[in-house]
Parts: sequence; C-alpha cells; structure tokens
Amino acid sequence: MSLSRREFLRGAAGAVATAAASVADASAPFAPRENKPLPPKAIGMLYDSTQCIGCKACVSACKDANGMPVEQPQALGGWNEGTWDTAEDLSGKTLNVIRVYQNGTLAQKDHEVNGYAFVKRHCLHCLDPSCVSVCPVSAMQKNPITGIVTHDPDACIGCRYCVLGCPFNVPHYQFDEALGQISKCQFCHHLLKDNPLFSDDMAETAHASASATELWKNSRIPACCDVCPTGASLFGWVTDLQAEAQKRLALKPGEMYDFPRGLLGGDRAPNAAPVGQYRPHIYGEKESGGTQVRYLSGIPHEKLGLPKLPDHSSAAVTEGVQHTIYKGLIAPIALLGGLVMLARRSAKSGAEAEKDTEAKKEEDRPT
Amino acid sequence: MSAIVHRPLGGKVVTKPFLILGLFVLIAAYFIARRFLFGMGDVSNMNNGFPIGTWVVLDVVIGTAFGCGGFAMALLIYIFNRNVYHPLMRPALLGGVFGYTLGGLAVMVDLGRYWHAFHLLMPWYAQPNSVILEVGLCVMAYITVLWLEFWPAFLERMPLGFKQRYGLDKLQAFLKRYMYVLVALGVLLPTMHQSSLGTVLLILGHKLPPLWNTQWLPLLFLSSALAMGYGVVMLEATLVNRAFNTPSEVTLFARLSRVAAGLLIGFSVLRWADLLHRGQLGAAFAGDLNGNLFLIESVLFIAPVFVLLSARRWSQRWQFIGATCILAAGSLYRLDSYLITLEPGNGWTYFPSAPELLITIGIVCLEIMLYLLFIKTLPVLHGGAAEPHGRPS
Repeated sequence: MSLSRREFLRGAAGAVATAAASVADASAPFAPRENKPLPPKAIGMLYDSTQCIGCKACVSACKDANGMPVEQPQALGGWNEGTWDTAEDLSGKTLNVIRVYQNGTLAQKDHEVNGYAFVKRHCLHCLDPSCVSVCPVSAMQKNPITGIVTHDPDACIGCRYCVLGCPFNVPHYQFDEALGQISKCQFCHHLLKDNPLFSDDMAETAHASASATELWKNSRIPACCDVCPTGASLFGWVTDLQAEAQKRLALKPGEMYDFPRGLLGGDRAPNAAPVGQYRPHIYGEKESGGTQVRYLSGIPHEKLGLPKLPDHSSAAVTEGVQHTIYKGLIAPIALLGGLVMLARRSAKSGAEAEKDTEAKKEEDRPT
Repeated sequence: MSAIVHRPLGGKVVTKPFLILGLFVLIAAYFIARRFLFGMGDVSNMNNGFPIGTWVVLDVVIGTAFGCGGFAMALLIYIFNRNVYHPLMRPALLGGVFGYTLGGLAVMVDLGRYWHAFHLLMPWYAQPNSVILEVGLCVMAYITVLWLEFWPAFLERMPLGFKQRYGLDKLQAFLKRYMYVLVALGVLLPTMHQSSLGTVLLILGHKLPPLWNTQWLPLLFLSSALAMGYGVVMLEATLVNRAFNTPSEVTLFARLSRVAAGLLIGFSVLRWADLLHRGQLGAAFAGDLNGNLFLIESVLFIAPVFVLLSARRWSQRWQFIGATCILAAGSLYRLDSYLITLEPGNGWTYFPSAPELLITIGIVCLEIMLYLLFIKTLPVLHGGAAEPHGRPS
C-alpha cells in the first residue's frame, strides 16, 4: 500500500479539476435531493383571506388551547386586568396571529390599493421542512402519517437554526425567558390525540373506513378552526382542502357559496357568503416543496407577508450538497487515510532530521 | 515536534495590558451572568428574524477561522512535508487551541437550552441530515485534538522525575509516536467543519441574497478559512516578534505568503466564475449596499495578492498589512453572509447591543490573555538563541 505523495496530490488535483469543470457545467453542481411526498393521512388547513373578518377569535382560542400568555405593550398592561391580548406578530408567546395589510384609505376589503386584507400566520407544516432538516438533536419532527411538524423542548438545545432556516419565520425562541424554549404551532396535536388516527395501530383502519365526521367525532379539531365563525380557517385532509381551494377559484366572484366551517366534510352548518375576488394562486401548494396549509387571497400573497418561494425546499438543496460530499462517509474516511499516510511520512523525515540535532537540542532544553 | 527547540518566553505575566484585558473579561463575565439569570433578551438584541447574532458569528464563525492557523500550518508542514515552516507550528497550534476552545465557550453562552447541550453527543438524539450537528461534533472533536496536539508543550515543561512517577513520560512518548494520527485528524476535522460552516447558510434560501447564496459556499468557506489561517500565523508572529523582541520569521513568511496568495486567487476565481455563470454579475455592480459590500470583500481578497507575490513580501511591515487584509477579507465575508445581508423579511432588523458586544469582546480578551500566559510559561515559541535569525529591516 504505497500511494506516493505525487499520486495523492494528482488525485486531489483531479478532484479539484472535476469540481471546477462542473462549475462550467451547471450553476448547481450538486443536485438537490427530491422533494418529499404528502404524508398518507396529511391533515391541514385552508385559510381564505376573503372570508376572514379579523375577529381574532382564533388567536385567543389558540392561546387558551396551548396555555400561552397574553401579549401586550406595557402601556396597556393594567387595562382590563391585563386580559387584552394585542399580539402583533408570531412570537415566543403567540403561535397564531391575525395580521392586517393596509393601504391608502382602507376603503375596501381585499383590495391591494386603498384597501385592507387579513392574514393568519402560523406554521404551514411543510412537506420538506427546513426546521426538521437543520435540527441537530431531532427536536423537530414531522409525523410520518399526519405530517404535523412537532417540537420537543425536552430534546431541544436552543441553537435556533430552525428559527433561522424557516422560510416563513414561524418557529420563535423566547428570548425574554431565562430558560426559554422554541414555540411553534403544532396543529393542536394535543387536542387531536383522541382521534383514532393518532393511535398507531388504528391509523390504517381509521382512514380506510370512516367518514371525516365519524373520524373526528370523538376528538376536537385545532382550536383556531374550531372557533372560526366564517369558515375562513378550515381544517381537514390536505387533499380535500386542495380540491376545495380549486373549487373556490373556479367560482364566480360575488355569487353566494356555502363556506364549510370547522372541519371540511363535518356536520357543522355552513356559512353562506359571497365568493371573493381571488388571485389565481393557491399559496402553500408548491411553495418550498409544498406545505399542508393553503392560502387563498384577494391581494397578492407576498403583500400578506407570504414570501415568493421556489418549488423546492432549501432543505433539499442543503441535503443534496451534504449528501454528495459525505455520501456514506466515504470521502472523509478516504481523505483521513491519505492524510494519516502523508503525516506519518513527514513525521518520519522530521524525526530523522531531529536525530542529527538531538544532542544540540538536549543542551538547549530549558531547565 | 521535531528539531525545533521551544522555549517559554519568561517575563512577568501580570502586566498592565494583561490587567486591562482582564477588566474586559470581568465586564463580559458580568453580562454573561445576567444572560443566564434573565435570559438572552436581557443582554442581546437578537430576535426571531436574526436568531443568531455576534456570539455565533464573531466568536464561532469568524473566531474559529482565526483559529485555523494550526490547521493551515499542519497541512503545509505535515501533509505537504514543508519542514522549514516547523518553527511556526506550535504558536499557530496555540492560537487554534484558544480560538476554538473559546468559540465553544461562546456557543454555551448562546445556546438557548444549554443544559441540553450534551444531547449533541447522544446518538439517539442525532439527526444525521443536520449540518449543525456535523459542525458541532466536528468542532468538539477538533478541540480535543488541538489540546492533545498541544500536550507535549505541558509535558516538556514538567520535571523528568515527576513525569516518571506518574508515567507521563510514557504518555509523552506515545503522543510523539502517534502524533501523525492526531495531525491527520487535525487536518480532516477543520476541513469538514470549516466547509460546513458555509453549507449551513444554504438553508437560508431566499433570505440570503444571490451574491452570497451559491452551492459553492462549502469550498469558499474552506479556502478562505485556510487563507485566514496563514494570515493569522503571520499576524501573530509579527505581533509577538515586535512585542517581545523574539527572532523574526520574515524569511519564512516571505515563502509562506505565496501559499496564501494562491489560496486567495483560487477563492476569487471560483467566486467570480460562479457569479458570472449564475448571471448575477449585475448584482455586484448594482451600486446598492449588497453590491458594494461584495466589491469591498473582493478588493480585500485580491489586494493582499499584490503584496504577497511582490518584493514587498520581504518586508515585515508589508507582511503585516497583507495578513491584516486577508483577515479583514475573510471576516467581512463571514459577517456579510451570516448577518449583514440577511433578509428575513417581515421588517426584522438587528444591530448588536453593547452588552452583547462586550461579551464577544471579553471572550476575545480572554483568548489573548491565555495566549500571553501560555507563551510566557510554556515552551511554545521556538527559542532561536542558538541560531540568531535576521532582524527585521
């Protein structure tokens, strides 16, 4: 086994040349890994901005359901015994929030110019979540059946790369707490626990037989969708929600439509309202490799703070690069082998040189 | 280590500069205590748009790049068998020891749930796709390797009788015999995590402007970290030489400067070729903040080449300027890509608070104090009394 230094260096030079050649080939030297498919029993939400009246019932129901404290500016701290929640955006204490887009005279709802529009912000439960990909200690998990992205504070080390990596700025760390934790919407998975879907062995039967109503009759649904009076926030299977969104886009603006409330396919009385003037885009279907939340809006989605994103997740890009370099740890191990060999040679030649000066060295050694 | 004679510098440890540095360390200690008692928000301006701030970017990302002296020299001396540089090895190693160890300390201040930090080492928590996990494990392993590589300096200082009584002479022989394994690890590990510090940024997607967001980030980070390693060795040695009147290494650095220049050229060519290929050349000349920052970086990366390849490289003053320039270039590149050009959206902004910066500064001061303590009391610098070197002109 004597690979000479020259051969090793030639190999290394070859690798660099190959790398350089692939710059010429493509701007993406490493192919992103494939996007991930929709989990088999993916649950999700459809938020229809044109149906939202900004009542914030969902915000307070969310706080209730998740035991989160109210948020208010200091000036309002004493008002009404501090019960008034005025969260302005997602934070370490707010998992779900209604924000409002405002322009000019605010004359008309769902108008980009001289109008206003609401948006509900919470986790979109990506199909290929960046937060799960960056988490070093598996604190962020995507449930393989329902697709809910959960966070386990008992595993979390608080490095906050999930906060940095999320394209929607959803996970938030509690910077004002000595022992802060990451907060994010988890689709009220603690309320859904009674659903047969969540008991491991029942998952198969649950979906195969039961209707949505039957399946959810013993369990609650996420608090925000449960309390929404207009059906602007709607809970259900992602595939059904996608179909519902497509259906709404095909409707004629202004015509009356029975908007389902609570659970899509549930037995709650619908809300009859005029169809909104939708932008022809279902946000959340393809963004960042796809999500389990859909947004319909009367104004451009990016005005609502929903960024324009590519059809693949950054996690796919990162893992594409990382898996290419570290495939089966072959490259690092081979590199280590080469390095050990070369270092050993150098150490030997160094030792020979040392022998010559050994006597002198002993003389010079400080005492 | 081989035929090089290392000697403690001697002299008073507690000097005026030492005390001033100590003052900054105390100030940092006060704010670190506040951070643990009242939370990060009490001392830092970090927020959920900029969830990592100066502690990670200055102390870890830039700090460990400054600690790459040991990595860069080991690569040159042991892998490419350039024994002439051997006198530079141990001081460079010591810089690495402190650069990395205190980077680790900064991480402990920065971790939001630091009491779970040991989860990084527990296989059942490991998430193999996480670049941060790889960086964390690699850095921890490298800190261990650095201290082991540095151990001979302690052992050489111990009285022979003491070593024999506790079997430390055998340890010394063992370390000496298998040092090449440590050296190989000491080259592999930084290669891995310094490149991964670039890979980390890929997750930012649209939040990182195209001028910085390229799949070549790993190679760009690795090559600039190596260049910074050579830069820091030159800078350290020049400062020590000036401050303590030790023999000058000007001749050695004149040779080393060509290696550094090669890295800078490689980095710049790769960066601009990639930019050209991605059709983002216009963004560099857009005249906006990002474009201008990119151009400043590029000038800082290229300017030292003209120093390091010209006759000026024989002058200590120009070596110093060249080295400073490399370090500034690499630091600005890291600062830009991790913080300054980050666009998290939703109106988030960030500028570090004074206490936050004081913690960062205190950690750097501690690093300098320990470096001074070590070179004065341990055989780190090579004693050239037997063979006087040329004085700087």
